[in-house]
Amino acid sequence: MATDLKDQELLVYESRIKVPYTWSVGEVGSRFLTELKENKKIWGTKCPICEAVFVPPKKTCTFCFVACHEWVELKDEGVLQTYTVVRYDSDLIPGKKPQIIGIVLLDGADTGIAHMIDGVSPDQVKVGMRLKAVFNDKRTGQILDIKHFKPI
Amino acid sequence: MDNIAIVGVGQTTIERNKLGDTFADMVFEATQKALEDAGMTMDDIDNVITTSNDFWDGRTISTMAVGDACGAGMGKNMSALEGDGTFSCFYGMTRILSGVYGTSLVVAHVKGSESENLLITNAIFDPLYMRPIGLDSLNSAALQMRRYMTKYGVTEEQCAKVSVKNHKNALKNPYAQIKKEVSLEDVLESRLIADPLKLYDCSPISDAACAVIIAGDDRAKKAKKPVWVKGVGYCADSYFLGDRDLADALALDMAASKAYEMAEITDPLEEIDVAEVYDAFSYMELMWYEGLGFCPVGNGGKLIDKGVTEMDGKLPVNPSGGLLSGHPVIVGGMIRLAEAVLQVRGDAGDHQVKNVNTALAHGINGPCGQSHCVWIVGR
Repeated sequence: MATDLKDQELLVYESRIKVPYTWSVGEVGSRFLTELKENKKIWGTKCPICEAVFVPPKKTCTFCFVACHEWVELKDEGVLQTYTVVRYDSDLIPGKKPQIIGIVLLDGADTGIAHMIDGVSPDQVKVGMRLKAVFNDKRTGQILDIKHFKPI
Repeated sequence: MDNIAIVGVGQTTIERNKLGDTFADMVFEATQKALEDAGMTMDDIDNVITTSNDFWDGRTISTMAVGDACGAGMGKNMSALEGDGTFSCFYGMTRILSGVYGTSLVVAHVKGSESENLLITNAIFDPLYMRPIGLDSLNSAALQMRRYMTKYGVTEEQCAKVSVKNHKNALKNPYAQIKKEVSLEDVLESRLIADPLKLYDCSPISDAACAVIIAGDDRAKKAKKPVWVKGVGYCADSYFLGDRDLADALALDMAASKAYEMAEITDPLEEIDVAEVYDAFSYMELMWYEGLGFCPVGNGGKLIDKGVTEMDGKLPVNPSGGLLSGHPVIVGGMIRLAEAVLQVRGDAGDHQVKNVNTALAHGINGPCGQSHCVWIVGR
C-alpha cells in the first residue's frame, strides 16, 4: 500500500452529544424562582458587609466572600444599562429575531440582570431607559417566568 | 524573576477548517516544532500539560486524548487544564518552581470547525439565569462593547481601527488565517451581527494548536535561545455579567499590576516594546490597553487614534494580526506568548518589531474577559 496520503479523500464523521441534566437550584435560587412563580415578585439577597444587593440572589457575596442571609424585595422596574440587537439566527434565544437583549439594573439592586427587552423597536431602544418586568401568565419557577422587560 | 525561561515554541497554521488533521494531529505538529525550536527531544521533557475544552472537543476529559501526540504516553507526568493557554503555561511555570521538574512542555488545541459556536458558548453561562436568555460569545460581547462605548465615549470608528490595524498586520504572518486588508469603511459597513458589533469587529472560528517549552535554572541557562520570564500575573473577575461593570477590566488591571511589579516595570508604555493581546473583538483591544496601563482608563480609543499601537508606533500591539485574523479559542493566549517570545528573539520574520527587549503577552478566559493572564518576557 502506498504511504503517500496526499491524494487521500478526507472523511468527516457526523454525530451529536445529547445528555440530559438535572441541576440543583439550591435554597437561595429556589426561593427566588418560587417568588417569581407564585407572587410575581423579584427578591434579592444583601451582603452584611458591603450591603450590595444581588439579583439573581447569591448565597455568597461576590466582593466580600461572606454569606448573604438578608432578603430584600426589589421593584419590578429598573434602568437599562446596556443592550444589543441580535441580528443572527439563534435557536437559543426564546424571542423572535431581531431580539433585543439587555442588562437591567432593578431599583434597589446593585447588580444587573440579563434578559430580553421587548415592546420597543431596535432603533428606539436606549441605554438609561426605564423598564418594567412583564410576567408570563403561566409560570413554572424559572427565569423565563419573566417574559421580558418593556419600557414604562 | 530570573530563573525561568521559555526555550521553545511551535504553532500550526490557523485555519477555518484543518480537515486533514484531527486535534491530536495538530498537537503532534506543534509539539514537534517546539522541540525542534528548543533543540530538544522528548527525553528533555520532564512533564507535560495539555489544554483544551471538553465542549469544543466533544468528549469528556479531552485533555487526556492528546497524550500520545505530545509525548505524555512515554510515561511522562501529564496534567491537564481547561481554559486559555496562558493559564496552562502559568501552571507549567509553577511546576518548575516547585523544584520537582526542570522543564515543562505545555500544549493547547482547539477545532472550532467541528461544532456549533453558538451552542458551545451559550453553555459558558449558568443554566438557570443566563443560558435561557440565549446569551453567547457574540451577544455578550456586544453588551460589553455598548457598555464600554457608553461609559467612556469610545466610538465604533475607534474600535474599527483595531480591526484595520490587525488585519493589515496579519498579511505578514504566515500562520494567520485571514489575510485580507480591510478599510475603515469595510469594517463600519460590514454586516451587523449584534449591535454595535459588526462582522469585521469579530474574530473568526478557527482550528489550531500551539506548544511552549518552559525551563528553569540550569536547564534554562543551557538552552539554545532562552527568553526569560520577567513577570506574570493571573486574576479573575466575577462570573455573572451583571455583577461587573463590563466597561472596566479590573481583573486585567490587577493581573498586569502583579506582572509589572515582578518585572519591575513602572511605565509600561515606555518599557514594553511590543504587546500581543487577546483581541477576540475589536473593542476588546482598546479595553485591554487601559487594563494594561498603556493609557488612562477610558482613553483606549485615543491611543489608537494617535497610532501608538501601529507597527511603526511607540508600542506595536498584535504585530501578528492578533485573533481578529484567526481565533483558536483555548490556544489564543498561548499563541500570543509564542509570538512575544519570537519578537524578543528577533525571529518573528516579516512582522518583526525592531529592537525588542521586552514583550508582553495576554490571555483571557470566560465571558467578556472574566479572567486575565499577563506575561512579561525579555532578554
